[in-house]
Amino acid sequence: MLEQIEGSKAMAKVIGLCRPQVVCAYPITPQTHIVEGLGELVRTGDVQNCEFINVESEFAALSVAIGASAAGARAYTATASQGLLFMAEAVYNAAGLGLPIVMTLGNRAIGAPINIWNDHSDAMALRESGWLQLFAETNQEAADLHIIAFRLAEQLSVPVMVCVDGFILTHAMERIDIPDQAMVDKYLPPYEPVQVLDPEDPISIGAMVGPDAFTEVRYLQYYKQQTSFRLIEELSREFKREFGRESGGLLRNYEMADVETVVVAMGSVNGTIKDVIDEMRSEGLSIGLVSLVTFRPFPTRALQQALTQAKDVIVIDKSLDTGMGGPLASNIALALRDLAHAPKMHSVIVGLGGRPVTKAALHRVFRQAMIQPWEGSHFLDLNDRVIAREIHRRGKARRSGPAAENILKILESEREAAIIPTETRP
Amino acid sequence: MNEMQKLKFYQKGTLTVGNRLVDEASRNVQASLDRSNSLTCGHRACQGCGEALGARYAIDAAMRASNRNLIAVNATGCLEVFTTPYPETSWQMPWMHSLFGNAAAVATGVAAAMRVTGKPATRVVAQGGDGGTTDIGFGCLSGMFERNDDVLYICYDNEGYMNTGVQRSSATPPTARTATTPPLGKETGNVFGTGKFVPKIAVAHEIPYVATASVADLHDLEAKITKAMSMHGARYIQINVPCPLGWGAASHDTIRLARLAIETGLFPIFEAEHGRITHVRKIRSQVPVVEYLKLQRRFAHLFKGGVEDPRVARMQAIADRHIAEYGLLEPVAGAA
Ligand SMILES: Cc1ncc(C[n+]2csc(CCOP(=O)(O)OP(=O)(O)O)c2C)c(N)n1
Ligand code: SF4
Ligand SMILES: [Mg+2]
Repeated sequence: MLEQIEGSKAMAKVIGLCRPQVVCAYPITPQTHIVEGLGELVRTGDVQNCEFINVESEFAALSVAIGASAAGARAYTATASQGLLFMAEAVYNAAGLGLPIVMTLGNRAIGAPINIWNDHSDAMALRESGWLQLFAETNQEAADLHIIAFRLAEQLSVPVMVCVDGFILTHAMERIDIPDQAMVDKYLPPYEPVQVLDPEDPISIGAMVGPDAFTEVRYLQYYKQQTSFRLIEELSREFKREFGRESGGLLRNYEMADVETVVVAMGSVNGTIKDVIDEMRSEGLSIGLVSLVTFRPFPTRALQQALTQAKDVIVIDKSLDTGMGGPLASNIALALRDLAHAPKMHSVIVGLGGRPVTKAALHRVFRQAMIQPWEGSHFLDLNDRVIAREIHRRGKARRSGPAAENILKILESEREAAIIPTETRP
Repeated sequence: MNEMQKLKFYQKGTLTVGNRLVDEASRNVQASLDRSNSLTCGHRACQGCGEALGARYAIDAAMRASNRNLIAVNATGCLEVFTTPYPETSWQMPWMHSLFGNAAAVATGVAAAMRVTGKPATRVVAQGGDGGTTDIGFGCLSGMFERNDDVLYICYDNEGYMNTGVQRSSATPPTARTATTPPLGKETGNVFGTGKFVPKIAVAHEIPYVATASVADLHDLEAKITKAMSMHGARYIQINVPCPLGWGAASHDTIRLARLAIETGLFPIFEAEHGRITHVRKIRSQVPVVEYLKLQRRFAHLFKGGVEDPRVARMQAIADRHIAEYGLLEPVAGAA
């Protein structure tokens, strides 16, 4: 049924339709409305047979989910940013134990400096934790991906993270099609664990594993992910058959027929990018988009197929590995390496800590990539003047003070200078 | 007064109730042929390990109390490591280890799963060492208490991080030497005025049941587990389990040390329900702490060159304070 609804509330409804049995809640912006919504659905009885547990930390949230999942219940939690890092040890643990927990990540920057707005730093920080990571482009997809995620997680016995851009999606009111219970039930059968704590059939889970077997245990995790690409595509096709719309899968091509320049990006920024591509194409430029849905496992083959004809590939990263550059760009570079005619790659870092990604800026940078490519990472809309002033200031004194506060002071002084006319200044 | 307290058939030289002297119903779980042997032989604990002994008694008692319908969650630590050198496991029951600091929370999840999957009769215990309980797992433990989740948490208190080679925890007593409180320097060993006694903090959560127990009195230990298992909600039992390796003690002194910890007053044995102490295990005659300290190399620096360190008197003062605070001394016969 179509509803005009906030992204988080829509996700809560759809997660409720997935019949979670244990939901662990801990507040952190911007995922909070999702667990609040679920709590409300449990309280009103719209979601039945579900334990809604208010925990004391994210570490506990995922740990409760781990216990519940190992004991045979469908378990769900949500977090973001600092919360994901706070539970990091349990994130790896859930994957290592092969527990099919589904977790929503309301993507948000990681401090310091503390920042509550959107980027992908949190998801990227734990990209090697063994979870599958799916990125939603729209709120409809954010809701839909949860249905796919439970199915995928349980089929593989691997945890799945549904990555949803904080605020941009979680807090946006949109028209969203909320499926009915029967449709979800048809797509998502009840949870049948591959391992379970059961007094009737006692097993030990979580034993110490030494050098004689650790590699094999890890290899199996790798193997499982490397062989899941077809399943991920099949589940997306089946979803389309049942629900009548496209969601999930490995990646989606947009205007990709015979294009020379291809943009690759994840998440909601693809909406803006599509508009820019439409405009550039109407001007006769040959540009298309690959919207990457599945980041882990990384669909190397599918990307190679999509990018094989391209001359230039522009990779949009909403996070930064400060010792390396854009994580998505690093991954794509590896995929391109093996192509016969490897395209040139241009890495762009955008939207850190919630900085708006404007059409104007994208127009500029896409054109620049075609005519005047750069080395390394390009930072979209970087305030070079402020950077220069701060670097200059630091050079003058050893005790130059905290960087974040200094940048804010410089910005403030620039704002004041802009407001107060020069002649009235003392 | 519970059944156990009426028994006074102590065997000579021990505080263990002589099984053969009591009626069948009061005999301990380990004495029965149908004990579950949940933590079975072949594990890799050191000789004389108090933790292995405590866990065997505790879990078998919990198994009996639950009609063998029990799931255990284990924190990282000696107990976890020495019981599961996979493909061997000593656990003859569903058992899970996740992390060092999350056993209480994982157990909460298991208990929740039992309710939603229609198995309300299946009970859950969580267990960990003092480090996994009083330090790194304390947040999860307090959360589990505060929510009154249906979990019995058992802490095997050997007063240090033993699995990693004997480091100080918040349960390490003052003056004890560990790898991180070395015996050298001006103030040797662990300092005074630090550490915490989590049973008291558990009582402050006003949960249904809190108890301390000891491997020196296994009958009492079993009785407390059995009692805890008869209740629902959050329950906590901290068991004093000497560690020959970490304490620098002879393997054959494990029970003796556990007993001395009680009789000196250093480890008070009590029960509390819903925030109030309901029962205290009395000491017949208080033993000076020296007798306890002298048996352990972790306190050896207190007795260097035949001279007694003044800090022994401060240890005695701690024991005396416990005796007064919990009323540990048995009243003299005939006194009002
Ligand atoms: C997060 C984390 N930090 C540290 C460790 C290392 N570690 C494993 S067991 C252990 C000591 C356990 O001490 P305790 O809980 O008292 O149990 P014991 O071995 O003494 O029975 C430590 C420090 C770990 N596994 N995980
Ligand atoms: S180190 Fe201590 S606790 Fe660990 S197995 Fe040995 S005796 Fe037991
Ligand atoms: Mg310990």
